[in-house]
Amino acid sequence: MPKLTIDGIEIEVDPGTSILQACEMLGIEIPRFCYHDRLSVPANCRMCLVEMERSPKPVASCAMPCGEGMVVRTQSEKALKARHATMEFLLLNHPLDCPICDQGGECDLQDQAMAYGFDRGRYRETKRAVKDKDVGPLIKTIMTRCIHCTRCIRFSDEIAGVSVLGGIGRGEHTEVGPYIEQAIQSELSGNLIDVCPVGALTSKPYAFTARPWELRKTESVDVLDAVGSNIRVDTRGAEVMRILPRLNEDVNEEWISDKTRFSYDGLRRRRLDRCYVRRDGKLVPVSWDEAFAAVADRLTGVSGDRIAALAGDLADAESQLALKDLMTALASPHLDCRQDGARFDASARAGYLFNTTIAGIEQADAVLLIGTNPRFEAALVNARLRKRWLRGGLTVAAIGPALDLTYPVAHLGAGTQTLQDVADGKHSFAETLRAARGPMLILGMGALARSDGAAVQALARRIADSVGLVRDGWNGFNVLHTAAGRVAGLELGLLPGAGGRDRDAILDGCAAGHLDVVYLLGADEIPGDRFGDAFVIYQGSHGDRGAHRADVIFPAAAYTEKHALYLNTEGRPQLTRPATFPPGEARDDWKILRALSERLGKPLAYNTQGELRRRLAAVNPAFGRIDQVTPARWQAFGAAGALDPAPFALPIQTFHQTDPITRASDTMAACADELFRSAETIATGRTGTDG
Amino acid sequence: MGYLDRTARSLFLSELLSGLGMTLRYMFKPKVTLNYPNEKGPLSPRFRGEHALRRYPNGEERCIACKLCEAVCPALAITIEAEPRDDGSRRTTRYDIDMTKCIYCGLCQEACPVDAIVQGPNFEFSTETREELFYNKDKLLANGDRWEAQIAANLAADAPYR
Repeated sequence: MPKLTIDGIEIEVDPGTSILQACEMLGIEIPRFCYHDRLSVPANCRMCLVEMERSPKPVASCAMPCGEGMVVRTQSEKALKARHATMEFLLLNHPLDCPICDQGGECDLQDQAMAYGFDRGRYRETKRAVKDKDVGPLIKTIMTRCIHCTRCIRFSDEIAGVSVLGGIGRGEHTEVGPYIEQAIQSELSGNLIDVCPVGALTSKPYAFTARPWELRKTESVDVLDAVGSNIRVDTRGAEVMRILPRLNEDVNEEWISDKTRFSYDGLRRRRLDRCYVRRDGKLVPVSWDEAFAAVADRLTGVSGDRIAALAGDLADAESQLALKDLMTALASPHLDCRQDGARFDASARAGYLFNTTIAGIEQADAVLLIGTNPRFEAALVNARLRKRWLRGGLTVAAIGPALDLTYPVAHLGAGTQTLQDVADGKHSFAETLRAARGPMLILGMGALARSDGAAVQALARRIADSVGLVRDGWNGFNVLHTAAGRVAGLELGLLPGAGGRDRDAILDGCAAGHLDVVYLLGADEIPGDRFGDAFVIYQGSHGDRGAHRADVIFPAAAYTEKHALYLNTEGRPQLTRPATFPPGEARDDWKILRALSERLGKPLAYNTQGELRRRLAAVNPAFGRIDQVTPARWQAFGAAGALDPAPFALPIQTFHQTDPITRASDTMAACADELFRSAETIATGRTGTDG
Repeated sequence: MGYLDRTARSLFLSELLSGLGMTLRYMFKPKVTLNYPNEKGPLSPRFRGEHALRRYPNGEERCIACKLCEAVCPALAITIEAEPRDDGSRRTTRYDIDMTKCIYCGLCQEACPVDAIVQGPNFEFSTETREELFYNKDKLLANGDRWEAQIAANLAADAPYR
């Protein structure tokens, strides 16, 4: 434990702590550009220079580890002069175009030039100019502004795991950019915008549209995958202008995926802003009253077992509970929250949660992925796995399609046969898992969204028991969901009741005429032709597949427009907060269900969100502990059954377009297009250098 | 003594006569009143009158949508919306000034890094309806075109003091 003196204050730090980190502990501000908490330390910007006794030159505090008896001065004349000089050098070639720069107002260089720079320049020669690079539809580059801090290079190498950026040339001719000019093939590329301390990398969809000081910031949670990344929604007036990550070490650290960050333009397009009723084959706009009347008319005299309900991927916990209570009041057992047709036993919490927790991945040393591609399904879980892999000593293997996960993955097999081998201990990887100190198994929807899902789940549980995935203080059994609303639905028991039908049975029942009415709570991933002649009520935010087939449409609020509770794949309840108002006549989901229940003469027992939240906590205490994971007890789950030898398919084929919001987004469409074109380039072998 | 003095002055009408004398003096001096609107008083080059958006000599609008004027405006009279123009440059799609809110403080002009928004010498822009005082970008650019010569001269005259 070295003890040193900084600005006259003695501090004892852990070995290996840099002077800069020690200064941060003391609350002393050290300016920096290249240093970033989560990236390696190159010490090339020289902004963090401090004076150290017995050192002839000032030292870069970010790279200098604390030593016993060091005496450091951060505010001495020598240190300040060194910073002044560094700042002057940085500004030699940096253009003075802050007024047209999107980073203006939240720029590290701007702020630090105010704090540590001169008030005028002495440089009279020509500034250098660098050609801009094309790196795809998300990131705009103005490379003249680059100060060569190399944060973007280190981010793409270390966190994103795609080595596409680099520095080319030397001295004044250094250019940072992609080696081959093409879109950055990473699902985390948007974070490059955040790590860039200047305006060299800025957001293309956000370009020139707003200034940071005119945005209203709302802390919320992302719902476009099941990770539940913490986000900040920036709005101006009634429009969401951008989405940024919020720090949460347990979930997303400080990164978010591109889908989370850039799909906000989908919140403005194809929105349902009023009720519709289908008359003579055409959807006619009507008032809430008429829409409720149409549903009430249709439901009179229909017995409960001819009514069914399906909840979609983006449905919040409140609305799912209201839907369940309404269906219970209507005496219908046909409920399902698994619109992708996943079949698994949800009787035990441990059987459908990510029990290890996302932060727990950092303690793992052997991981078996089953029917999942975490890179597309939960980009930040994949980032955690990569972070763990970078530290060394992690073995990853996959059963299912071959994967490129930015770290080596052993491909064990394609389907249930391999899984059976691992369970029986015939496969060598079973031994790897048994020998590991933190063994993990991640079961994806590719393995569960099949007719033999429950049997696969039981088999995975058998592996868990045979290799000892569950130990003291460690539960290595994980299910990786793809839908933000799914875990809440499972926790609330939005599942077929006694004698009830699951999704496939509901659709078959519709086709066979056994069901008369289907209530879709934002369920959009079901082909419209499978509902037969059933009367379909759709409640949701976007005019997508569900609304296309619907007979009555209730417009609802999207996740940036309501107070709602979502459980991520770990079962962590997190709150979204309204950043804007829902468009037109759209309302909160639970309020629509509450109003409908009144109209049907079976009013639900809550009138305010507070009452509803109390009921949520009464149904399942996990909902009462916001932001905390309630650990699940290890119980029996799964059902024995015949296994289908067919290989596992991946649930997400197109990363950028998975739900109504992302399908409505132009940015996401451009990304999908770009990705497709790049894939074509790779397939044809044309690199752009072939003349 | 004071009583006698005052009485004597009243008796001989000296105050009245001195007042009449002043009137007589001013009858032979040049007039200070102006025959507005046919005559106008002198204006400082710093006079803060009606707003205008200027252009470069080649016809390109100066405003780059940095939104500093919007941020600095104490009366919240300025509203700007921006997006990339077809050539990729940063331009406003909307530049509105509510002249009924404006307090003519001149901070917008001070904040502007490219001398685009200026307060020109025109103070005669009264209207018959409120709506006419909600200036949009077209109106402001037209103002700039009309007053450019004078605005440029005023800026040049004031430049040595900045």
